[in-house]
Amino acid sequence: MSVILVFLLVIAGFAGWWLSHQRLTNKPWLEQGLAGDLVGLDRSALPTAKIGLGVFLTVVGCLFSLFTSAYFMRMGLSDWRPLPLPRLLWLNTGVLVLSSIALQCAVVAARNGQIDMVRLGLATAGLTALAFLIGQLMAWRQMTEDGYLLSSNPANSFFYLITGMHGLHILGGLVGLGRTTVGAWNGARPERLRLGVELCAMYWHFLLFVWLAIFALLAGWAATFIDICRQLLT
Amino acid sequence: MVDITPADGIPPAEVAEVELYHPHSWWTKYVFSQDAKVIAIQYSATATGIGLVALVLSWLMRLQLGFPGTFDFITPEAYYQFITMHGMIMVIYLLTALFLGGFGNYLIPLMVGARDMVFPYVNMLSYWIYLLAVLVLVSSFFAPGGPTGAGWTLYPPQAIMSGTPGGQDWGIILMLSSLILFIIGFTMGGLNYVVTVLQGRTRGMTMMRLPLTVWGIFTATVMALLAFPALFVACVMMLLDRALGTSFFMPAISEMGEQLQHNGGSPILFQHLFWFFGHPEVYIVALPAFGIVSDLISTHARKNIFGYRMMVWAIVGIGALSFVVWAHHMYVSGMDPYFGFFFATTTLIIAVPTAIKVYNWVLTLWRGDIHLTIPMLFALAFIVTFVNGGLTGLFLGNVVVDVPLSDTMFVVAHFHMVMGVAPILVVFGAIYHWYPKVTGRMLNETLGRFHFWVTFLGAYLIFFPMHYLGLMGVPRRYAELTDMTIMTESAHHLNSFISIMAFIVGFAQMVFLFNLIWSIRHGREAGGNPWRATTLEWQTPQTPPAHGNFGKDLPIVYRWAYDYSVPGAKEDFIPQNMPGSFGPSREQA
Amino acid sequence: MAVALVLVLVVVGSVLFHLLSPWWWTPIASNWSYIDNTIIITFWITGVVFAAVVLFMAYCVFRFRHREGNRAAYEPENKRLESWLTIVTAVGVTALLVPGLFVWSRFVNVPSDATDVEVVGQQWQWSFRLPGKDGKLGTSDTRDVTADNPLGVIASDPNGQDDVVVEAADLHLPVGKPVKMLLRSIDVLHDFYVPEFRAKMDMIPGSVTYFWFTPTKTGTFQVLCAELCGQGHPLMHGVVMVDTQQDYLAWLGQQQTFAQLSAPQQTGSADQAPGNTAASGLKIAAKLETVGSR
Repeated sequence: MSVILVFLLVIAGFAGWWLSHQRLTNKPWLEQGLAGDLVGLDRSALPTAKIGLGVFLTVVGCLFSLFTSAYFMRMGLSDWRPLPLPRLLWLNTGVLVLSSIALQCAVVAARNGQIDMVRLGLATAGLTALAFLIGQLMAWRQMTEDGYLLSSNPANSFFYLITGMHGLHILGGLVGLGRTTVGAWNGARPERLRLGVELCAMYWHFLLFVWLAIFALLAGWAATFIDICRQLLT
Repeated sequence: MVDITPADGIPPAEVAEVELYHPHSWWTKYVFSQDAKVIAIQYSATATGIGLVALVLSWLMRLQLGFPGTFDFITPEAYYQFITMHGMIMVIYLLTALFLGGFGNYLIPLMVGARDMVFPYVNMLSYWIYLLAVLVLVSSFFAPGGPTGAGWTLYPPQAIMSGTPGGQDWGIILMLSSLILFIIGFTMGGLNYVVTVLQGRTRGMTMMRLPLTVWGIFTATVMALLAFPALFVACVMMLLDRALGTSFFMPAISEMGEQLQHNGGSPILFQHLFWFFGHPEVYIVALPAFGIVSDLISTHARKNIFGYRMMVWAIVGIGALSFVVWAHHMYVSGMDPYFGFFFATTTLIIAVPTAIKVYNWVLTLWRGDIHLTIPMLFALAFIVTFVNGGLTGLFLGNVVVDVPLSDTMFVVAHFHMVMGVAPILVVFGAIYHWYPKVTGRMLNETLGRFHFWVTFLGAYLIFFPMHYLGLMGVPRRYAELTDMTIMTESAHHLNSFISIMAFIVGFAQMVFLFNLIWSIRHGREAGGNPWRATTLEWQTPQTPPAHGNFGKDLPIVYRWAYDYSVPGAKEDFIPQNMPGSFGPSREQA
Repeated sequence: MAVALVLVLVVVGSVLFHLLSPWWWTPIASNWSYIDNTIIITFWITGVVFAAVVLFMAYCVFRFRHREGNRAAYEPENKRLESWLTIVTAVGVTALLVPGLFVWSRFVNVPSDATDVEVVGQQWQWSFRLPGKDGKLGTSDTRDVTADNPLGVIASDPNGQDDVVVEAADLHLPVGKPVKMLLRSIDVLHDFYVPEFRAKMDMIPGSVTYFWFTPTKTGTFQVLCAELCGQGHPLMHGVVMVDTQQDYLAWLGQQQTFAQLSAPQQTGSADQAPGNTAASGLKIAAKLETVGSR
């Protein structure tokens, strides 16, 4: 359970930082009226939707940390046989990186008001993300053809489970991206479009990060890395 | 998306960032409504409905325990289905949904001075997914093989094996699916509760001016958002074990002389995941109750809550600590016994902030002006039962004392007292307190007092003696208490007594339901602020609050939520939105 | 008035119930009176806190109940009082925790002279295995469980050949000798629980858990399963007989070893073995069938 505890520690750090700006040690009964120094404590200047997405991504991060924790705990048992990852995953990773870059371009374009570039970026991001999903499915097929079936070993089970869960999140993201894209073509208000594109980009970058983390996990590098850290500590 | 039209009388500047939704027809006003107040009532009604099912299930199992062998239709199979569904419904589908979905939706926007939740559409989806989860759960009663009988903890391997009702039928699959849906739905709602507190607060409403109700619900929601994923992970993995033959949790098993094809999995892994969710879940139910009861006591004792800052710190501290105590549910699970030292210590540390909260509640009563209204009575009863249940928690948290007591009726008595009876008493108190705001009418006083006395004393008489059965060694989850050397004749009589009390207390709830429905039409007119309370929900221009909550202008907050009996003020309460300085703080302000 | 009175009655009633009611723990038959003592300490501390809080509350309700013209005092907080209460609570909690952890460290550290006894749970019966003359238990694997080898002892392990196998029958233990119970399950979670011994631990398929105790009284004790294990759970009883050394050896002499049981000429099932007072799992399964078909 150490992975999830480390994750929660990070969250607790953020929460602590935020709480420390809420003047928790002041005596509220002495502060009557609308004193000027209370301004700034009311709410964050960030758009509410971004904060909402941030909270949601925390939950998603929590979910994948828990899968990772379960992975490490199950890995320690005797019947674990690591599996060779298909080469295709490297290509998929590249495609997902492209997708994120395309969205980042769309964000820049949206800030500069270049609607054509926004449309181009959104379309590229959507298509590359779809390509990633198709690539993942092909990787699954390749694995089953090579005899690495879902239930034959826990390492296989975790591979299908975690990549599947990540794929579902990409799929959900595509719904949001689709809506933003439709808005970009149907003339949504510029500030609304910009917010939409920024939200998509935030989600995409996060899922790219999650993918890199689980790729490292499934390939066994994460375990090696932890082993090295442990050796350095002892 | 919903189409947006500017609301009458609500200035556009205020609704710019999050557009306020406006219903256009009967359907969007009362059924597919995005108004948090309507969603709150939908959540509460659904939770109450499914809670009644759980109440009837508890009667059925008390029939079996109190009068063994008398009721043939309660087979061991049926008994385990009853306890499982009773536990799961009460903990998740009733208490969690009611406190966060019901009270959270109704009170957060009103108390922080917002027009609505920040993402009303997502909020509406949250309810409908919750309803779907409930329907899936209910459908398992009609599925072949019936609902699962694995106990609410759903421990593998037995949860998905044929020796357990529903294990190789539809029961467990529907249960896990329902939980997964619930978690998805809850996450949608939870995002709203958290972000509304962060971003929806009106001018002047700093975090330290929030009523403790909001603090409790806010912290509980944050915890729930972080804890429910653990249950989600456990459910998904178990579903794969059951449906596709993976071995996440399933070791090699020889079942009734037959080798199953699973191999190498770890049942303990499931327990870690389950309790990583399960322990915070206790506080997800308790923290809103802590918050609400603080407000009830303060309002009805006409005194500010004693030590507000300590109360806030304690809520946050308990919330954080509750993530590092989960394995105290697993002292005798066979995990590495050396973990016991760590988890016993963290568990007993959590007793300190909890005790501080109790002290501050009773110190609020000290030199107060105590109005013994029905909400106050329930708050007092909460303190009694919570202190009782919390103290027996010190038995079970202290690792070596847990060894003889774990998995006995002592545990059953403990958690019913602390997270069954105590929070439910707060729910009742809160309903008597806020019903006038929701409907504009008071609940009937006579019926209310009857309901209170029967519920409080009856529930205490059910669960207090039950501890002693556990001390004798009577195990929990026994469909039959026959052929046991430790069960004396008098212990059987005690069981019969407990069962009779359970029926009486259950009956009192029917009186309460009648009161709820009857008073909508026939209750005394309440007026806008019958309890003379300070918080914003009592200062709305209309009662019940209209769409948009606060009329043309959002309230501006000038003070904290607890200005009761301030020296120098004319009335014994000063609403949060009243400008001006009063009392000993005048010089500093 | 009435409310304050009822609160006082709740305290008085609870204390009287605690002192006078006939429901109390079973007489202890093991060395774990430490645990009982820890429970007693916990009862005292928590009892005092419960009475103090509720009586204080009753006093407040009586003394500060609303009367015409009353007004509450204004007191947002009291640092000193709160600090003192925190310190007192922390001391109380420490007084509970320290003896608890002390006893726990005894509980988890098995004395070196404890003899191994293996308990194997399955739906819904108990079996046992004792090391033979070599003092060692042979290794086992759930995969090796068959009708002839109900405990899954690995036949190729020489240590296992002389192990005494007690299938679905009573366990006997010599009084006054520490035993380390090695707990194993071949299907679902079970929990070996004898109320008189106070100790218990879950049994997990796929791993071996343990606890230890020293029986201090001769007699017959009922084994209960304390972890939900399916619909036969409440009927999963067993029997432990604590004997004098002499009786124990006499019983041990009648038992059969793994080698004898797996020899081909061996017939005769455990149900016919002498000294079997516990219902076997198959009987329970049959009983459940009839109950279920009603």
